[in-house]
Formats: sequence, C-alpha cells, structure tokens
Amino acid sequence: MERSLFLTQRLTAMALGPLVLVHLGLILFAVKGGLTAEEILLRTQGSVGWALFYGAFVVMASIHGPIGLRNVLREWTDLTTGLINFVTAGFGFLLLFVGIRAVLAVTQTATQISG
Amino acid sequence: MSLDKSVVNVSFLEVKVWRGKDDGELVSYQVPGRENQTVLDVVSEIQRSHEPSLAYRYACRVGVCGSCAMTVNGMPKWTCRTHVKKVMDDGVLTIEPLRNLPRIKDLVCDLSPFIDTWQQAGAPFCGTKTRHEAPANIDPESKARKAADAGLQCINCAVCYSACDVVSWNKDYIGPAGLNRAWTLVNDARHGERQSTFDKAFGSGGCGSCHSQGNCTRHCPIGLSPSESIAGLKKSALFGLPKV
Repeated sequence: MERSLFLTQRLTAMALGPLVLVHLGLILFAVKGGLTAEEILLRTQGSVGWALFYGAFVVMASIHGPIGLRNVLREWTDLTTGLINFVTAGFGFLLLFVGIRAVLAVTQTATQISG
Repeated sequence: MSLDKSVVNVSFLEVKVWRGKDDGELVSYQVPGRENQTVLDVVSEIQRSHEPSLAYRYACRVGVCGSCAMTVNGMPKWTCRTHVKKVMDDGVLTIEPLRNLPRIKDLVCDLSPFIDTWQQAGAPFCGTKTRHEAPANIDPESKARKAADAGLQCINCAVCYSACDVVSWNKDYIGPAGLNRAWTLVNDARHGERQSTFDKAFGSGGCGSCHSQGNCTRHCPIGLSPSESIAGLKKSALFGLPKV
C-alpha cells in the first residue's frame, strides 16, 4: 500500500502542477479589470470546460492532500496507523464533497440551480 | 627510555569526551598534539594515559571494519581516518557516541537497531545457483550492474544512520544504509528475492519516508551515495523492479 500511496501522491502532484499554473494565470488575468462575483460567475456558469477543470482540480487535491497529511501524522504523532488512515481518508472525502459542491455552485446556470 | 620527539614543543589539545550513558557528561582531557594524528589516536591516548576505563570501539584502524565511528565536533565520522587538524574547532575536540543509537557506555553504542534495519530492508543475499552450476553471466557494463556496483563497499559504520534526521524522529525508518543495500540487491540479477527486497524497501518505513535531505551522502566516509540509491528505488515506484 505504501508504494501505491507514494506513487499516487506523485502522480496527483504532476497533475496538480499545470492545474495550479492555469488557476494562478486565470487569477492574474481576471483581476486586471477588477474582480466581481458577477464577472466570475459569467465566466463559469454553464461552462462545461471550467466544471471539468475545477472538478479535476478538486479530485486531485482531495487525493494528494490527505496522503501528505497521513505522512505528517505518521511521522509526528503516536496515533495508530489505522486511526491515521481513517482520519485522513475522512479528510479526503470532506475535501471532495466541499470541493465538488463549490464547483457545482459556480458552474451551474441559474436555471439548473432552481430546477 | 627514549624521548618521544613527536611531543616535544607541541601544544596540547583540549579534548572533551562523553563519559557515562544517557545521563553522563563531557569530561575534558589535555592530549599532546602530534603530526598526522587521527581522532582515534586521541581517544586511544586518553584511554591509555588518562582514563583506563574509557569504553570505545575499534578494530582495523585503517577504514575497513567500520567499527570506530563516533560523533566528532557534532559530525558523525570514522575516527580512524579522520585527522584531528581537519575537524578541530577553535582548538577543541568534542567526541561523543553516534546519534540515533542506544548508548551503552562512554563512546560505545548498541548497533542492534541499525543492523535490524538491514533485515527490515530485505538485505540478505539469496543465491539461486548451487556450487555445481556455472556462475551467472553478468555484463559489468549493464545499467543494473553499474547501479548495484555504485552502492557496494558499504562498511556498515552507521555514520549515515547517525547523520540522518529522518531516523532521529522516525524509528520505523529503515535508514540510508539498509535502503542502499536493498537497491544493490534489486539490481543484482543473481539475487533470488529481488521482488521481496523491493517490496520491503517500499514497505512501512521504507524509501517513501526519505526526505532527500542528503545527510547520508554528505557524511558517508567512503563516498557512497545512499541518496542516489533511495532515489533509484523511488523512481522504480511506477514501473516496478528495474530490468537486470
């Protein structure tokens, strides 16, 4: 399992690299003309592309982060591996849930939300 | 009695040596400075001339056996090949037992945890041929053989184990020497347990725990690079055992 987790953490980091760069680039581009919620929603609502982009971001982050947290907890606490696995897996699902919820909130159109 | 010319008109070194176990203390000794004097020479002189009960460990005195490693002015060193002049700090030499190992007495540590990590890493060589069969035909220029050769010659001195910060906080970590050994074996076509060694090197406390700080490579007295061996193991995570 350790080898799989090690590999998964590196592969998700590889995927997160370009995703983070695009995200930062978008921020720099978006704030040029001032930043408003309406402007952001105009870009994201109804956009399958942004939904897929941030959906992938959320999935990768919710896998990558908990593995790193698991490593930190294993090195720095006396908690059992079983408990650490449980806690970090829970943290991963929490990230996935709130992340996907946020992606849906900014990419769904007003009609989709009310419907 | 003949006069020892090497101690005439020379200054004395201030040497602080750890005495006792965990709750011991540094005790100062004045030792004559000499030409071509190693740290082990200094320790031996203290034991013979000042402190007969001083416990320390050595055997070959020429950098082969790996038994004389100690912490010298804060750094792990093989004392038989470490010249005093190169490590002296403001005229003071502080000699303590190796870090990350249980202390027994004075400068002697219990090396059992270090040796155990070799077992944890799947280090024993398992041959597949009998004496009645022809020796394996190994190409010395192959990538795998070169990788194995680069990690050989470890003298088990535990300097890397003592230098490693990850070992200091993670007692499950195999450590640089054991993982270096594992890397030589997974690249050895003659080893019958390559997959098992590879799996153990990737197990709990295996190469994934290494932070790539490189203290092992920096301090290895014979110039091996356990960091490179561990990196080789990590790179094999995706495609598995290297081809031999």
